[in-house]
Amino acid sequence: MTKTKKMVQWNPTDIKEELLSKYPPKVARKRAKQIMINEASGGEVASAEIVANVRTIPGIITMRGCTYAGCKGVIMGPTRDIVNIVHGPVGCSFYAWLTRRNQTDAGPDGENYIPYCFTTDMQDQDIIFGGEKKLEAAIREAYDLFKPKGICIFATCPVGLIGDDIHAVARKMSAEYEDCNVFAFSCEGYKGVSQSAGHHIANNQVFTHLVGENTTPKEGDYKINLLGEYNIGGDGFEIDRILKKCGISNISTFSGNSTYDQFASAQHADLSCVMCHRSINYVADMLETKYGIPWIKVNFIGARSTAKSLRKIGEYFGDEALIKKINDVIAEEMPEVEAISAEVRTRTEGKTAMIFVGGSRAHHYQDLFAEMGMRTISAGYEFAHRDDYEGRAVIPSLKVDSDSRNIEELTVEADEKYYSPRKTDEEIAALEEAGFKFKEYDGLNKDMEDGSIIIDDLNQYEADKLVEIMKPDVFCAGIKEKYSIQKLGVPMKQLHSYDSGGPYAGFKGAVNFYHEMDRLVNSKVWSYMKAPWQENPELTATFVWE
Amino acid sequence: MKKMRKVAIYGKGGIGKSTTTQNTVAGLATMGKKVMVVGCDPKADSTRLLLGGLAQKSVLDTLREEGEDVELDDIRKPGYGDTWCVESGGPEPGVGCAGRGIITSINMLENLGAYEESEALDYAFYDVLGDVVCGGFAMPIRDGKAEEIYIVVSGEMMAMYAANNICKGIMKYAQSGGVRLGGLICNSRNVDNEKEMIEELAKKIGTQMIYFVPRDNDVQRAEINRKTVIEWNPEVPQADAYRGLAKAIDDNEMFVIPKPLEIEELEQLLLDFGLMEVA
Repeated sequence: MTKTKKMVQWNPTDIKEELLSKYPPKVARKRAKQIMINEASGGEVASAEIVANVRTIPGIITMRGCTYAGCKGVIMGPTRDIVNIVHGPVGCSFYAWLTRRNQTDAGPDGENYIPYCFTTDMQDQDIIFGGEKKLEAAIREAYDLFKPKGICIFATCPVGLIGDDIHAVARKMSAEYEDCNVFAFSCEGYKGVSQSAGHHIANNQVFTHLVGENTTPKEGDYKINLLGEYNIGGDGFEIDRILKKCGISNISTFSGNSTYDQFASAQHADLSCVMCHRSINYVADMLETKYGIPWIKVNFIGARSTAKSLRKIGEYFGDEALIKKINDVIAEEMPEVEAISAEVRTRTEGKTAMIFVGGSRAHHYQDLFAEMGMRTISAGYEFAHRDDYEGRAVIPSLKVDSDSRNIEELTVEADEKYYSPRKTDEEIAALEEAGFKFKEYDGLNKDMEDGSIIIDDLNQYEADKLVEIMKPDVFCAGIKEKYSIQKLGVPMKQLHSYDSGGPYAGFKGAVNFYHEMDRLVNSKVWSYMKAPWQENPELTATFVWE
Repeated sequence: MKKMRKVAIYGKGGIGKSTTTQNTVAGLATMGKKVMVVGCDPKADSTRLLLGGLAQKSVLDTLREEGEDVELDDIRKPGYGDTWCVESGGPEPGVGCAGRGIITSINMLENLGAYEESEALDYAFYDVLGDVVCGGFAMPIRDGKAEEIYIVVSGEMMAMYAANNICKGIMKYAQSGGVRLGGLICNSRNVDNEKEMIEELAKKIGTQMIYFVPRDNDVQRAEINRKTVIEWNPEVPQADAYRGLAKAIDDNEMFVIPKPLEIEELEQLLLDFGLMEVA
């Protein structure tokens, strides 16, 4: 058995070695390439290569989700006025029902299907004889009941195995309905390496079937799209509040609190702002190629990041009135936030966090922790690709493997009618000259301390081991990790669903997060708990005849 | 009472599994054996000769239409020689999952007690579609459903490939369960040296050629009349052949775990028996 060392004695190399020590040699070799000790802080050295977006080794209890989860759960789930029908046995729909806590405001039209759970509930007979007829009946039923603007069909694993042609059914039904757009997603759970494949499948179909459909221009000044924001716990509401206050018009959010019409009108925006780089950067690229809309990376997680992102939007539009308005809003909102962070900081300064979530969140949330004086000592993504770690500079050198080829890559060209560059080449050049950065994302690694441990596709075993060795003050991940981490006595915060909290984006969200973290890292209730069998034998008994 | 023997017939598509099965079952029936035939083919044509062409509602169609309330007599029909005939059925070509259908229908038969001692069956025969393409088509050889397998083969190369492939499936399940190979049935296509070649193939696989069924147009004549040869004309030589095969199966005591050949070995066998020309 390994001797237990005290934290002070562990250096990052030892930790990595310890994480790998129990693996068979081949597994250890592979995992070693996904566990890196960071030396890219500040961006002075080029980041070392990390292996990401590769298959999880069978037998490892991964934190990842499936392709269906990424497509239905993440991308299409937050949209309120499209009926999402899951074609498959009932569980896939039931367990994806409201679990991400995407919030919505039904708006004046009151159309909101998020609280519903639609499924074809395939039975043995449907698997044997094929489920297309049942799917068609389900679409008909949904249409008759709700008359929605759109109906989306999601394939689950058995649908792919038996070969139901869901796209043919969707085409047939779409042709039948003049006022309802029906389209389908071949997002069988097994289809990709992780949920990232599902995001891609979803976004491709949204781009193909929805974007550009509404040709009536949208009213408003400073029109933007907010891409990769999913309104978990009301994040999108807070961001929208701030944008509105600044006078910025949000044409469409992909896809928090979104509507059919928002997707259909996205081409009317003049700037795309990308939050979650992983799930949606290719949509931003396609919007630029097809319609001439430039894109920038933003981050509304963290008060300072929010201010920075707002200023960036202001700078892009270059309008003095807007820039002034943005500065006024920041000046108005920041003092309260800073007062609270300063107060909370007296109790959180120097505490440590670990974040293993998403394809962007593990990066964004470090800003919030930094505002409280907390250090992120280890982090990683579930479903990111190398560019999310090392920055977009590595994109040309990304290896396209068979798993990536399995996911359709859309080829987009400038739209004959609607392509219109929002900025001239000279304007873009002038902005870049002044230090403005278009479509840039430098990745997670450069923002993390040297010596911190970055791990792709963390698993249950490594999580337990990391917590045991490094004893963080809080561990952030998803529901699958929630209870195993709490059982180790460490506070655990879900950054997929926010447990029951949120919003954490924007200014008000930051305050919520400071309070939540203060409460978690300074109470540590789970460390006071002892399981009954840790103190007494599990069972005591006597013989009744004695 | 003697234990019921559970037999599955496999072989390449078009090799004559259904014809051979039904004619053999007719032979067993005339020996006084009580036999149930379960057709495991979505086309549902495995019991046509025993039923005199009578269209039979398949297990899966019945299940689909009647829902939960299915009785044994809804899904089995009496055929020639007091046999019971069952068709598993399945989806139309190109949709759904026929393999899953076979699993469901065999489970249904079990739940309904088709194999119970009270049914006093001497034999249950499974006539299985083509190659063992997926788990569903392996169902009859899994979980002790069928205990002995006969592979219908001819001296044609692809039939032998298929037989060898099926042996791989049997080997897999033989190691975890009780299924054994009872032998190869050679359904002659009048290939050169056919009998010797199949005997040699059987030997190499570790089994026997249990019977050589000669090619005879009386089989087709009987089929046109929707009858097995024995029912159509018990006096013709081909009727003797099927009675002989029935007896060989009834007397069979050689049950083995097959040793499938490597492709090179199989090709060498074909070369040795003069089917393939040396390039």
